[in-house]
Amino acid sequence: MMMSTPPNCCTLQVLGLEKPGQDQFVHLILEDPGWRWTPGQFLMLRPCAWELDPFGARPFSIADVDEQGLHLYVQVAGRGTRRLAGLEPGESLTVWGPLGRGFVYDQETPLLLLAGGMGLAPFVGLIRNHLDPLRLELLFGHRQDVSCYPFAELEKTTLAWHFQDVCPDDLRQLQEVVRVKIRNYAAEGLVLACGPLPFLRMVKALGAECRARVQISLETTMMCGVGACLGCVVQAEGGGNLQTCVQGPVFRADEVGLGEE
Amino acid sequence: MDMSVKAGGLELKNPVLTASGTFGYGLEFMPYGDLTRLGGIVVKGLSLKPRTGNPGPRIVESPCGLLNAIGLENIGVEAFLRDKLPRLPWDRTPVLVNLYARDQAEFGELAAVLAQEPGVAGLEINVSCPNVRAGGIQFGQDPGLLAAVCRAVKDRAGAKPVMVKLSPNVTDITVLARAAEDNGADLISLINTLSGMAVDIRSRKPRLGNVIGGLSGPAVKPVALRLVHAVCRAVHIPVIGLGGITSAEDILEFILVGAHAVQVGSSNFQRPDKSFQLVQELEDLTRELSISSWQEFRGSFRETNF
Repeated sequence: MMMSTPPNCCTLQVLGLEKPGQDQFVHLILEDPGWRWTPGQFLMLRPCAWELDPFGARPFSIADVDEQGLHLYVQVAGRGTRRLAGLEPGESLTVWGPLGRGFVYDQETPLLLLAGGMGLAPFVGLIRNHLDPLRLELLFGHRQDVSCYPFAELEKTTLAWHFQDVCPDDLRQLQEVVRVKIRNYAAEGLVLACGPLPFLRMVKALGAECRARVQISLETTMMCGVGACLGCVVQAEGGGNLQTCVQGPVFRADEVGLGEE
Repeated sequence: MDMSVKAGGLELKNPVLTASGTFGYGLEFMPYGDLTRLGGIVVKGLSLKPRTGNPGPRIVESPCGLLNAIGLENIGVEAFLRDKLPRLPWDRTPVLVNLYARDQAEFGELAAVLAQEPGVAGLEINVSCPNVRAGGIQFGQDPGLLAAVCRAVKDRAGAKPVMVKLSPNVTDITVLARAAEDNGADLISLINTLSGMAVDIRSRKPRLGNVIGGLSGPAVKPVALRLVHAVCRAVHIPVIGLGGITSAEDILEFILVGAHAVQVGSSNFQRPDKSFQLVQELEDLTRELSISSWQEFRGSFRETNF
């Protein structure tokens, strides 16, 4: 696998903005920073126009870099992301990356990709850049309409399933499907997961039950992204702390504690 | 002009240091700039033994700033001296160690360990962390305890300059500043974070695992400026100002009211090359304002009626 470049801090312009789900979902296209990166790595960004407020930068998965530019997918969740949804082409952002450790896999191993909501983002680039997308299978659980997420194009190149989770029964159904799939990949394959914490807890538990190799990408509150603020630590399974930003965000499921429901 | 500053036994090539807790062990920022450009580096607060810190969430943003309750997670002084310090350019940029201990004896022990290290340019006593139960802020709120801690560190610190970092969470900061000065402190730095809190009306829970945290960022700058000004007038030892600095203008404001140098804190989170940028911007701004020397500009604030 290609090694990623050491991180740098740069100013990038917004090239394009798409809003597939009213104002709640944003597909941001920025200038290409010229990084070598691996799926699962992330960046920190902060619009120059923010000046003193909102104060901090925000972390996002690197979804892909192609001839159009650097692709990011943002779901509006609070003050910062709401402001990001209001960006216009031509605006400048301070961006640093590529950060953290991405998924570790090779092009031959069959991969089961498990995405919950915006956890789909890192798999966009993984699927697009994989040499043999037929070795991949994607299971995508989501709350909002599927058209809000970059799912449709992935479906064309790889085996992909999606489940909309509207009521608690849907979640139980998703869990059953995930269990069957993980079991299929336990012997020869690898399971990669990204999504909200309850989703990752489920994946971790099922992975342990099926004795599958599982990697999960965590989302935590971050201020610096470079290992300095210690705001993003999670508990290691064997005791002590892990820094999500530099030791993750991708961890082996058995090395990181995800806490109780 | 000559940007260098001599203060309390420290020789800085410029007055821009990084603040403890916002710049890791320094190494984290190597991809983003040349550490030797900085006036100095104050590393994350170290204790004798490693600490795991507080449960999460540990950080929450607030208007023009953030609240943190990290709880002094650190790798311990031994691991720092073995694994981090040798990789820092300490021979070209002063590296100061911020130290935290639960009692006087431990403070003295820490100082004794660090006194032996050629790579350590100075010690910053943390008597102002609002996020730990034992020690921390209680040393910074009681002039008697502060005096004792200061003395304990100074007695074991050998030739190393000792700086005391004061808390703003007190009724009269000048009393604490004088206690530090009278008990051997070579410098004073201020302010540490302002004690604060954030709650969620939907879950009805605190937003920080530790419930209370410390507020930093531009939101606290006016408070910091006022306290730095007060302390500069109350003591004769050099003062390092910090609190919400995000620009070269901010740096000059602190120097104008009497600070010898400054520390850049939370702004390092806004972009990792921030402190390096500020060194350059400060040089440009002193030229633009035709400031001829630090000696001339420092404390030249005129308290007149308008």
